Amino acid sequence: MSILINKKTRLLVQGVTGNEGLFHTQQMLAYGTKVVAGVTPGKGGDWVLDDKIPVFDSCRAAVDATGANVTVIFVPSRGAPDAMFEAADAGIPLIVCITEGVPVQDMMRVREYLDQKKVRLLGPNCPGLLTPGESKVGIIPNNIAIPGNVGVVSRSGTLTYEVLYALMQNGMGVTTCVGIGGDPINGTNFIDCLDLFESDPRTEMVVMIGEIGGTDEEKAAQFIAANMTKPVVSFIAGQTAPPGKRMGHAGAIIEGGAGTAADKVKALEAAGVKVARYPEEIPSLLK
Amino acid sequence: MKLHEYQSKLIFAKYGIPIPKGRVAATASEARHIAEELGGRVVIKSQVLVGGRGKAGGIRVAKSSKEAEEFATQILAMEIKGLPVRKVLVDEAANIDQEIYLGITNDRAARRPVLMASAAGGVEIEEVARTSPEKIIKIHIDPLLGLRDFQARDIAVGIDLPKEYWKQFAEICRGLWRTYVECDATLAEINPLVILKEKHLMALDGKMLVDDNALFRHADLAEMRDVDEEASIETEARKYGLSFIKLDGQIGCMVNGAGLAMATMDIVKLFGGEPANFLDIGGGASSDKVAAALRIILSDKNVKAILFNVFGGITRCDEVARGILSALKEIKSNIPMVVRLVGTNAEEGRKLLADAKMITAESLVDAAKKSVAATKA
Repeated sequence: MSILINKKTRLLVQGVTGNEGLFHTQQMLAYGTKVVAGVTPGKGGDWVLDDKIPVFDSCRAAVDATGANVTVIFVPSRGAPDAMFEAADAGIPLIVCITEGVPVQDMMRVREYLDQKKVRLLGPNCPGLLTPGESKVGIIPNNIAIPGNVGVVSRSGTLTYEVLYALMQNGMGVTTCVGIGGDPINGTNFIDCLDLFESDPRTEMVVMIGEIGGTDEEKAAQFIAANMTKPVVSFIAGQTAPPGKRMGHAGAIIEGGAGTAADKVKALEAAGVKVARYPEEIPSLLK
Repeated sequence: MKLHEYQSKLIFAKYGIPIPKGRVAATASEARHIAEELGGRVVIKSQVLVGGRGKAGGIRVAKSSKEAEEFATQILAMEIKGLPVRKVLVDEAANIDQEIYLGITNDRAARRPVLMASAAGGVEIEEVARTSPEKIIKIHIDPLLGLRDFQARDIAVGIDLPKEYWKQFAEICRGLWRTYVECDATLAEINPLVILKEKHLMALDGKMLVDDNALFRHADLAEMRDVDEEASIETEARKYGLSFIKLDGQIGCMVNGAGLAMATMDIVKLFGGEPANFLDIGGGASSDKVAAALRIILSDKNVKAILFNVFGGITRCDEVARGILSALKEIKSNIPMVVRLVGTNAEEGRKLLADAKMITAESLVDAAKKSVAATKA
């Protein structure tokens, strides 16, 4: 078992003919992911990667022809919002947006629209998903995780790899790793993933990687205290980060003093979560 | 990106929000001329990109153009929270009856823009937010619908604004909303919005933050960036697409990914060192970018050791190694360097660096310990 993706996942790649899109599609195929189609407007009818992947002009056409049920977006930031709207409009239930640098007001509009369509979004600015041994959607390196019983959810990219690698070095495997992305407005959050891991029979414990800013970790801590029976180990990056020079009052009014690493660690520890001091300490806290 | 008060107010004016007459001056004599034009009684306001200007003495009311010149001289010689004052705004002085707070920002938790107002505007608004939050009226705006007129009316009623001002207040709310949307602002704030003795509303102060990720569609706003206000080294870093923040420690850090960069700084501190910087070379960094990053780190004279922590994914470790080598060809340095490469093409990267007399590390803990030891050697 796993969450969100598995060996039945039929993946569409938006932006498949770009450099990043092409490189990572190849990596995903090599991992065993069923990549069934690509979309690049204007290149419909082409085939890429030794004629293994058909390219379509639109998401709708790709879904009609191939039955894709997950899409991953490698479209540059200017076009990424439209790519997300299009995927939702084509009825794809899970959208994974790797693209970084999407303007935040665009993301608020995208999220509003996707919520109305009841479409799940992961990202943007995220590394994607990995169910070791079954399927990979996104850019997590291929050889840094093995199948196992630990669920991983993270706001970071490379820091996630660090944690997966540390687990593997200690012989510990993963059910699914979910990179939710670090942007202020994103899709699936910590609580969504914790909830999915709690219901997944194969997942026996969970690692949650957070960082400074926002209050998602604090809210996750409340959720853990109230709903999780499985042990959770966490790490929060940014204990030494200097405070930004704040301008204007609105941010302070909305967020108060929350968002520091110390606040998050305190909230998590109060919820019974063991918080690692550095990423490589995580495996020993799971044992 | 932060905009100055005078820039923000000029933008507000374009969207129909009334602002005082005034202009910006870089010298005291210019300030005097502007004051003469405005009839003598003016406010001299320091233009720095940080809050708390009034409390620092950076805002003064002058009764004559002579006094305007005097105050401008003093203010232009000031530093506020470490930022030198290079410009002052000279505005005609207003006859204030009441100060209102009005602002739009992103509410991250609600995933929507929020319009906020309070009858208790002015410099103590954050104190009001802490002690009597009910005095701040908040309305979330549907990003697909935009601000509706009824919402502006609800806000006016919420802050007990006299009926005679509702129409003008709604126009200002609409103007501020359009500013926020059309400029891709993450903050558009008027504090204070005042009721003048002459019975109309005016934005006496203005603050705007613009989303850096949206600057590609706002060439006019991008030009407004005041590079004098940021450390020149940070400007240099931005040119190469690097995310860099200078700190006061001795261990320079070069890492790919913001989260891992922060975790690397944390672990340096945990093992007794102090990071000299935050530096994220981003995903897929080329050797040029890595070389620029290394030059930036080496330009900091406090740096006694450098820690490279690269977890290859999109970024290829051999490309990073080439960047390090090409920078070292240009700038000779005796500063000890600790390198940890893992992931995509790590083996090739390590081979390239084998002859460069660098300290190698297997794990993050190992790398942190070796860097700290190197600063003490």
